[in-house]
Amino acid sequence: MKRVYVNEEWCLGCHLCEYYCTFANSNEKDIVKALKNVVINPRIKLEEGDRINFAVSCRHCEDPICVKGCITGALSINDGIITVDENKCIGCYTCILCCPYGAITPSDKGVIQKCELCTNNIHGTPQCVKGCPNNAIVFEER
Amino acid sequence: MRYVIIGNSAAAVGAVEGIRKIDKDGEIIIISKEPYHVYSRPLISYLLYGKTTEENMKYRSEDFYDVMKCKVFFNKEVIKINNEEKQVQLNDNTIIDYDKLLVATGSRPFIPHMEGLETVKNKFTFMSLDDAKNLEKAISPHSKVLIIGAGLIGLKCAEGISKKVESITVVDLADRILSSILDKEGAKIVQSHIEKKNIQFFLDNKVEKFIDNKAILAKGEEIDFDILVLAVGVRPNIELIKEIKGEVNRGIVIDEFCETSIEDIYAAGDCCESFDITTNQNRVLALLPNAYMQGECAGINMAGGEKKFGKAIPMNSIGFFGLHMVTAGSYVGEVYTKNENNNYKKLFVKDGLLKGYIMIGDINKAGIYTSLIREKTPISEIDFELICNKPSLMAFSKIERKKKLGGIK
Repeated sequence: MKRVYVNEEWCLGCHLCEYYCTFANSNEKDIVKALKNVVINPRIKLEEGDRINFAVSCRHCEDPICVKGCITGALSINDGIITVDENKCIGCYTCILCCPYGAITPSDKGVIQKCELCTNNIHGTPQCVKGCPNNAIVFEER
Repeated sequence: MRYVIIGNSAAAVGAVEGIRKIDKDGEIIIISKEPYHVYSRPLISYLLYGKTTEENMKYRSEDFYDVMKCKVFFNKEVIKINNEEKQVQLNDNTIIDYDKLLVATGSRPFIPHMEGLETVKNKFTFMSLDDAKNLEKAISPHSKVLIIGAGLIGLKCAEGISKKVESITVVDLADRILSSILDKEGAKIVQSHIEKKNIQFFLDNKVEKFIDNKAILAKGEEIDFDILVLAVGVRPNIELIKEIKGEVNRGIVIDEFCETSIEDIYAAGDCCESFDITTNQNRVLALLPNAYMQGECAGINMAGGEKKFGKAIPMNSIGFFGLHMVTAGSYVGEVYTKNENNNYKKLFVKDGLLKGYIMIGDINKAGIYTSLIREKTPISEIDFELICNKPSLMAFSKIERKKKLGGIK
């Protein structure tokens, strides 16, 4: 399955992936409109170090402990992609307790959000990767 | 092949999904004491709070049993296992044969002896959907509710009904709230947050006796109430296995394949014990994620696969009135504390391993800590100072990061 993989040596720490993620999940058609005066809460997040940066998003694990641990059944695997049903989620954050990558975060709606490889929005393929200027994240089979 | 599963909650679902990974066609029979499609028990408080609905509480989709080809007997209870004949007997005397049996009978509320309890008319426990429905029917905006037990169940119940009753008082024997998951300092923070919602606590105290609608506490206080909720604790349902001389302690004893001491009988979930890798001891870990994973492991093994269940730890994520906390493992060894901006964090390190942690407020990326505990990652292999400060993958070596983020095996 194609996943988002990280090439940390290429990451400039520019945060563009975070902005493209926020835009992609805003359901707005215009990026300026989507981001103007918005405090972004992206599903991919940069970890920044002295000389190293890299962006972390859901790994779409084959044996996902977040799905197994989910107390509501809101998280499930669909064609390999781990998705969340926002109507079922009650925001207990058991998945945040479980995820070894820190890739699940609270959403602005009081539930959780995570990368669904942009299959949950109008774009269909990961916009963070599309917007990355330096191939620091790629969407491919490995 | 016929699989029989006693119980219809998280462990049972885990088993069904585990079995179907290996065996697509074997017959699966589920025996459920309750009349409901599988639902998430911990959500009953959210139901009363208005944060979910009965429909959204379903732990798996409406077509789950059909898709998984399961036959469910609702409203039926197994009263006896005959392991010689490999049969179970239901309360309507139906006999069902099994090839592999899973006991996923869960736990029940523990009700301690309390003087005068029989004089209390409106008393409830809080574990099942019916419990929640009964409680909801009984309360009114004028209700004065007394909850015995300031643990996870008692306080979730308090939150659930907080907007619907006049007052809530909670009494607990322990000197702090949530004593199973929080230390004293952390408990104080959460307690004062909950107290702001007009919930009153009497801790390090107990009910000496009940006289109708009055509770007299050991330290002399008198509390008038009209609804009593008993949330002192739970007891594993071990009787079916105990009666046929299977090995039991506090919970049903299982091996790393989730099999009991009796051949072809497995057990999973709140009714049995798990090997806690943070203490190297068997203990009952009555947690939903644990129940699912144990059930899944049992199911795989019942169907002829081979899977070991080896990473059990206590772990909880819960919130009250918007204040979240995540806890895991055991609170032993050296303590690293970090409190800032109203966020509370403690890490516990022993023998070079992270053994446990408590986070209140900021719970972001907590799973990175959980993973250190579950994987027994030596802290000498990571930048511990960095990770103490903030859970991050940056604290791992470049090679480890390549494995985690670069898809390198």
